[in-house]
Amino acid sequence: MSRKRTAALVGNPNSGKSALFNALTGARQKIANYPGVTVERKAGRLTLPSGEPVELIDLPGSYSFDAASPDEEVTRKVVHGEFEGEPLPEVIVLVLDAANLEQHLVFAQEVLELGRPTVVALNMVDLAERDGLTLDPAALSEALGVPVVPTVAVRRKGLADLSAAIAEAESHADEEAHKRWHLTLPERRLSAKHIARAAILSKSTRHTIENGIDRVLLNPWIGPVILFGLLFVIFQAVFAWATPFADALEAGVGAISGLVTDTLPPGFARDFLTEGVLAGVGSVVVFLPQIVILFFFILVMEASGYMARAAFLMDRLMAGVGLSGKSFIPLLSSFACAIPGIMATRSIPDPKDRLTTILIAPMMTCSARLPVYAVIIAAVIPQTSVGPGIGLQGLVLFALYIAGILGAMVVALVLRKTVTSGAASGFIMEMPRYQLPRIKDLAIGLWQRAWVFLRRAGTIIFTVTIVLWLMLSFPKAQEGESQMDASVAGRIADGLHPVLEPIGFNREMSLALVPAMAAREVAVSALATTYAVDAKDEDLAASGVTDKIAALWSLPTALAFLAWFVFAPQCISTIAVARRETNGWKWPAFMIGYLFALAYVFAGLTFWIATALGL
Amino acid sequence: MTLDGFEHEKAARIVAVDWAALAEDEGKRLKALGVDEGAEIAVIHRGIFGARDPLAIRIGRMTIALRRSHALAIEVEPA
Repeated sequence: MSRKRTAALVGNPNSGKSALFNALTGARQKIANYPGVTVERKAGRLTLPSGEPVELIDLPGSYSFDAASPDEEVTRKVVHGEFEGEPLPEVIVLVLDAANLEQHLVFAQEVLELGRPTVVALNMVDLAERDGLTLDPAALSEALGVPVVPTVAVRRKGLADLSAAIAEAESHADEEAHKRWHLTLPERRLSAKHIARAAILSKSTRHTIENGIDRVLLNPWIGPVILFGLLFVIFQAVFAWATPFADALEAGVGAISGLVTDTLPPGFARDFLTEGVLAGVGSVVVFLPQIVILFFFILVMEASGYMARAAFLMDRLMAGVGLSGKSFIPLLSSFACAIPGIMATRSIPDPKDRLTTILIAPMMTCSARLPVYAVIIAAVIPQTSVGPGIGLQGLVLFALYIAGILGAMVVALVLRKTVTSGAASGFIMEMPRYQLPRIKDLAIGLWQRAWVFLRRAGTIIFTVTIVLWLMLSFPKAQEGESQMDASVAGRIADGLHPVLEPIGFNREMSLALVPAMAAREVAVSALATTYAVDAKDEDLAASGVTDKIAALWSLPTALAFLAWFVFAPQCISTIAVARRETNGWKWPAFMIGYLFALAYVFAGLTFWIATALGL
Repeated sequence: MTLDGFEHEKAARIVAVDWAALAEDEGKRLKALGVDEGAEIAVIHRGIFGARDPLAIRIGRMTIALRRSHALAIEVEPA
């Protein structure tokens, strides 16, 4: 028997499907895209009690087979066996939220009508108990005609029973499907009500915990204050908590660099490793702690259920610029990275809304800008305090975030009146119940994101750094000529420099912008490499890139560089993902054009105003 | 009376929905969430800083956010 055995998790959004998937498969997951559509395919390996493996697929959450989104379309096609290249799953694991039975049974009946071998996971029974519900799984099983296993994914309860039930259902996979009678939506809804009523043994009338929490968090006055306070804390934490880890990483890179210098004889190989590889990649990897901290907060907000509340609170403001609260989640994710942010716009049903969100997402300050901001801020902004717990450096960082947000809002408003004009968009979304995020789910999420960053550092950034180092190191300078002037890169920067000089950029900066087209953080490694190659005296060569910027850049120049990176679309991956999500080059080209124009204008304004003020 | 003008935290039954006033996808989405003729709902939260938009309603044990424009298309009576 060599056929590929598969089972698929199917259920409503917010049924705890992903937590169950994590619990069943562990950290070994394969995340890819379904061919031809921009929907994520998550697969993992489930080991049956017999020791045999089954591929478990986590299908996108759906409210019905009457698809209203590309995600739901994928789920419908896969369970109907109509998705090319995806085998019909042998077993369907139908995930129901125990505390939301009546609602989830509507879609459940649609799934059961298929007549495929099905096992029901009655998930989050603990939350149902918390809400005062006592359920009878046996009654539910009888009413649905399939096995029902109560589970608490986050506490690994019921997982063995569920695996056993999947194995049992799998042994009937070859039997012909017994399609059931097709019901209409009102009929399904009525029958869901009866089934739920029969399965609920008792229910207390006490208010759910959500009501109490939401009374505070969604309070029209306190709610937004809490949200903005939280966002401020996140950005301060990104800067403050990461420092010891970043210092340790930096010391580690320095130690390796020293070791290489001591071991290898002077020459090409040594320079290549220390000045090229270690100086370049090292200066980017140092920012891993900040990225992990930012993603940590975003993951906690998502897993706890607060993210949907934030969308609710933001909807009015977003409506003011022609968007909806649904755009808030992709935009907030874009603070970590525009790539998952742009991919998250798939949850926005209105196409004009979605396009506008994609176009403004790159203005959200992503983690790749942090290395640039952090280095420049540390170099030119004094480490003074402007109030209890508020440092000037953190405040400048906060101002840069705000500049990106305001820019995005203004652009959204303009776009919605011009290129993406259309009917006002709507906002309909389910607000999930509050949950304590589970450490393991957070760890898996953080690991996946840290890995993406490290892989980028190891591939794109590594390659670009080396190419740049070679371009900087050859041809070799003659006596009396600086290495930078003589090099290939220096010549390119010479061509670019006249364009950027009016906005205060020096030649090293113009040079750094070229490889930074690949990814913004490369600007830092490019500067580090440039200064390491071009250092005239040993002391300056030994000091970090921050010290060099502090010594060599004027304040207006440094501020102009910061303003440039608020807008400049310097990220090949973002452009590529925008192309994929908009199916063509038209919109990415538009995005690149307007963002570079904004970057130039605002860097210029910053430089001229700062110079006029005598900074 | 429409859902928009209905009293806070009071149980309401949907009498009629003006589907024509809603975009097709939004109608689909509301139906899938159970917002349809005969459903019992209650408005439990309103937008920030005194804006009455958006609204959060309770339906069954679920909380759903929607806009005033949707609430204006939903005709309700006290349940």
